[in-house]
Amino acid sequence: MTQSGDTPLKKTPLHALHVELGARMGEFAGYDMPIQYPEGVLAEHNWTRASCGLFDVSHMGPCFLALPEIGGGDAAHAAVSAIIESLVPSDIAGLAPGRNQLSVLLNSEGGILDDLMICRPAAEDRQGMLYVIVNAGTKEQDFALIEQAAAGKASLRRADDRGLLAVQGPKAEAVVDALFPGAAELSFMEHRRIVSEAFGRVVVSRCGYTGEDGYEILVFREHADALARKLLSDDRVKPIGLGARDSLRLEAGLCLYGHDLDAGTTPVEASLTWLVSKSRRARADFPGAERILSQIKDGAPRKRVGIRPLGRAPAREGVEIQTDAGETIGVVTSGGFGPTLNAPMSMGYVAAGHTKPGTPVKLIVRGKPMDAEIAALPFVPHTYKR
Amino acid sequence: MTIWYTEEHEWISVDGDVGVVGITAFAAEKLGDVVFVELPEVGKALKAGADMAVVESVKAASDVYAPVDGEIVEANETLTGAPETVNADPENGAWFVKLKLTNPDQLSTLMDKAAYDAFCESQ
Repeated sequence: MTQSGDTPLKKTPLHALHVELGARMGEFAGYDMPIQYPEGVLAEHNWTRASCGLFDVSHMGPCFLALPEIGGGDAAHAAVSAIIESLVPSDIAGLAPGRNQLSVLLNSEGGILDDLMICRPAAEDRQGMLYVIVNAGTKEQDFALIEQAAAGKASLRRADDRGLLAVQGPKAEAVVDALFPGAAELSFMEHRRIVSEAFGRVVVSRCGYTGEDGYEILVFREHADALARKLLSDDRVKPIGLGARDSLRLEAGLCLYGHDLDAGTTPVEASLTWLVSKSRRARADFPGAERILSQIKDGAPRKRVGIRPLGRAPAREGVEIQTDAGETIGVVTSGGFGPTLNAPMSMGYVAAGHTKPGTPVKLIVRGKPMDAEIAALPFVPHTYKR
Repeated sequence: MTIWYTEEHEWISVDGDVGVVGITAFAAEKLGDVVFVELPEVGKALKAGADMAVVESVKAASDVYAPVDGEIVEANETLTGAPETVNADPENGAWFVKLKLTNPDQLSTLMDKAAYDAFCESQ
């Protein structure tokens, strides 16, 4: 199997397991990934919401940004934070030990180069290091950007020797805590380094991309397959492909980089203003600060919103959004059918003045205007353990 | 009654000058869980290969094409309310439309069951 340019597709540490489980495989971000397993997208989606789903997210870009010497307490954390803060608008220096922060890498115009997770280690002797996870499709450029910012001060170590497994759903806490005692004590957006006899040293992080409670587990490559099989031996756990991952994240109102976010879009336009920390606003010291702060003050020309078609037809990426009067006001960036919502759902950008939930709009699907309305996000409430 | 198949995975079951059209089990399996079907209006005249209906799974939208020239005489409105029928019973209950054939000679360009099965094997 090849992609354009005949570069062979990359394989995650769970590739053989996916094939063995009968997954339908497809290309995603240069990797040969499971799109769905034999039960299909609807069943996988519903199982995740009702019980617990296992997702292979090893294609993503976990890495460690570390000072030459770690263990210097708050001063070391401040020093390593200063490096990443030159690229993002969030307060990383102020992050409590063991906490995670969602953020965005910005270009000089305040456009979003990627969304990422930045985690401060819990242990006193690990300060001066950050655990960072970027998206699969953008990881080469992200790593280059972070390395450039770190030059001479810190080094970036890619975690290519690891697998990354997401365990999501209402049963995830019981499932993961049974293998990694202490996992249940984490709250949403907290992580711990746990040493396990069976699976070596792992990083267990309470977060995810489904709107459900759950975890992402970073595990050494040589233990990834055994960990996945151990998780799947639990009757509460089933494997979930990228198809259901997409419908789950869209119901949860979460963005997919390259679709709902791109380099021409600011965090304010993306309705991610909460990622721009108060202290950073005051200092105005992040890329594109002038534009972003002026949008916070005066409003952005367009905003990311949820949209609910009133009929049954899904409105997918690229569908034009119009007012009732036929004026074009925006475009759909993600759309499909929400199995839990039992209805079609879309996300997209509309011009200022049309963003209020309940505002009637038309979606132009296959040349025909369909009735829809602006809707609050998420479509399905989050169930995070805070 | 004879059933013919297209390379786009439609079937057409012909009795007299009316053909019943649907998508094959192979296509339904490939699409995955169907969540929406859009059907053409009765009376619409279509050329072979023209867009006839739309079938959407959770993941993607796919066009269903007219296998031969014809005029829509009936659409299976039960699919609108129960699109999952396309997965459950693709080659019988989940027929999409009945088509009055206006150029029946075109049927000879389509595949019979044996040829279609061989075609799917090669996909």
